[in-house]
Amino acid sequence: MTAVLEVRELSVRYRPRGRVVHAVDSLSYSVGAGRTVAIIGESGSGKTASSRAIMGLLPRSAQVSGSAVLNGIELIGLGARELRRHRGHDVAMIFQDPARSLNPTMRVGPQIAEAIRAHRPISRAAARERAIELFRLVRLSAPEQRYSEYPHQFSGGMRQRVMIAMALSCSPRLLIADEATTALDVTTQAQIMRLLTGLQAQLGMAILMISHDLGLAASFADDVVVMYAGRAVERAPARELFGNVRMPYTSALLGAVPRLDRAAHTPLPVIGGRPPVLSAPPGSAPSAGCPFAARCPRADDRCERERPELAEDEAGHAYACWHPLAGSSHEISGEA
Amino acid sequence: MTEPLLAVRDLVQEFTVRGQGGVRGGVLQAVSGVGLDIWPGETLSVVGETGSGKSTLARSIMQAPPPKSGEVTFRGVTLGTLRGAALRDARRSIQMIFQDPYTSLDPLWPVARIVAEPLIAAGVSDRGERRRRVGELLEQVGLDLGAHGRRRARELSGGQCQRVAIARALAASPALIIADEAVSSLDVLVQAQVLNLLEGLRTSLGLSYLFIAHDLALVKQVSDRVAVMYLGRLCEVGPADEVYARPRHPYTVELLDAVPRIEQGERPARDAAADALADAAAEAPSPVHPPSGCRFRTRCPRAQARCAQETPLLAPGQGAASGHLVACHFPIAAGPEPERGHPTARAPGPERGRAAEPAAGPERGRAPATNTAATKTIASDSK
Repeated sequence: MTAVLEVRELSVRYRPRGRVVHAVDSLSYSVGAGRTVAIIGESGSGKTASSRAIMGLLPRSAQVSGSAVLNGIELIGLGARELRRHRGHDVAMIFQDPARSLNPTMRVGPQIAEAIRAHRPISRAAARERAIELFRLVRLSAPEQRYSEYPHQFSGGMRQRVMIAMALSCSPRLLIADEATTALDVTTQAQIMRLLTGLQAQLGMAILMISHDLGLAASFADDVVVMYAGRAVERAPARELFGNVRMPYTSALLGAVPRLDRAAHTPLPVIGGRPPVLSAPPGSAPSAGCPFAARCPRADDRCERERPELAEDEAGHAYACWHPLAGSSHEISGEA
Repeated sequence: MTEPLLAVRDLVQEFTVRGQGGVRGGVLQAVSGVGLDIWPGETLSVVGETGSGKSTLARSIMQAPPPKSGEVTFRGVTLGTLRGAALRDARRSIQMIFQDPYTSLDPLWPVARIVAEPLIAAGVSDRGERRRRVGELLEQVGLDLGAHGRRRARELSGGQCQRVAIARALAASPALIIADEAVSSLDVLVQAQVLNLLEGLRTSLGLSYLFIAHDLALVKQVSDRVAVMYLGRLCEVGPADEVYARPRHPYTVELLDAVPRIEQGERPARDAAADALADAAAEAPSPVHPPSGCRFRTRCPRAQARCAQETPLLAPGQGAASGHLVACHFPIAAGPEPERGHPTARAPGPERGRAAEPAAGPERGRAPATNTAATKTIASDSK
């Protein structure tokens, strides 16, 4: 199976005020047709910067290197005009806050029709038809009526359905969902995720899911990439990853997830500290050791000195760790 | 202890909304007759989705603004009868922590001043004494006066900001802390740290909490009791263990099912997932025009004709544990613990029947144990 998106050694660097920030450092993964890949990480781990680099949505000051091949076309280094041709057509994106992604002064339907007409030479009437058809696809009730309503008349979940409809308007091969359900209620989140998985099965598109929610990744992704301090630290098929956690960071994240089976008034296992500062003086290499070493309960001298590279084992499970966990399910490391 | 710390009776809060741009105006019934107690040292969590009125409930308890009707009694004093300085004094014992740590702290004030202000209000006039107390309070939340005292909110991380907000709340020596989605926007590792901090403070200071959240999983670790709220009314109240293990209201079941799980084999089948619900079936109706009778009936898989006519009241169900109340005409039977987290529990069924078929329950494809229980209740009820 050929991948819809193949990302190799993708790096994003900023240079604010004479320093260098390695926001994303040599990230590699691929997304096959009809598959879902989740990129998981905390704020500042580089998960969003990596997806925006693919879309060409980073500010000019960002230096992007490496490769991202979508449908056989290299996206990194493309000019604005070529990129615009791919955005929407081959790859579309939905964001966290649907209220801010819609124009509040414009009726919802025409916003979608406009997006369609920007990519396809069709008449207004045909675009309207297509928009209503898309509303039906994302299960908006009374689509004809909804067409001429304003965003403020929609709930958060309905607005996200509109954003999905807009993203699907040109049948993209790849849909990037950047924290698309984070701002929604759990019940609405479940509905939107069911809708997305259903549409994926129907349309055969690939989904790249950017999230901080491990539960969501476990429920809806085929493959998971865990990012920490700009680097992929663990990557595996979802079932393998969650059943067989190797990287202590992933284990710490898993331990902190709110769970329904946790007894009341028992302390959650947490690790101290914060992610490392990613900025460094120019010219200096990104820090020598493992970026997680300072917070890791298993770290030793070697972790401080040498950086473990992401290496794959026989089960297709890749992790960057000198002292991986034995692989028992849900082992929780870290002091309480 | 014979008297609850906080007693809320028949609290009603309504707002008049103006019709605008296709949205019909009217009276928004944010909270409709809610009653609850919080005992000293207890944590009660109110859980519900956006628009369920849970935040309005918290603000009405604080008398900000005072509720339209109903009574809020704190330590035996009815807050609605207090005015001016007396109300401010009483309010000092109930402190709030909000969701967004950045916007709930003054961006121009250094941390030490933010934490010192409640002390000034409480009449601690000696500067040295205030500084000593600020140092103590910051230490209690895991911050350091020397390292953090002169920083401003933007120089702190989200978790540190939330710690400052907690220190500020503690400065007033409260008995009750209302945490309105206080950890919802934090990263998972920081969230766990803040939850642990709140738990530690509860035991060391003997605090009571009212936790407000939209996610049942988030409050599982801190709750003694849980109240589930939908469109301004309580659906279910009970000891946390009971509500999580044996939910009786269909809405509670929906909330529990919506929690993404990490256990293996939970991924829903693609073809089953294709059957996503339409927005009208999936979302709450407007609180300006709530459904008659049971407000959940438009989304309920078990709804029948009676649900549209009669408003179900909170009552102990048959065989339920003490203190476990449910407001439902056709509650899920209090049987043995159904096997939650079963793969089929996530799979959505066909379009839900609306207030018609009593047999709608089994069709939805819920976990088998719940199904049989559901059918039994309905059968015995229709006799």
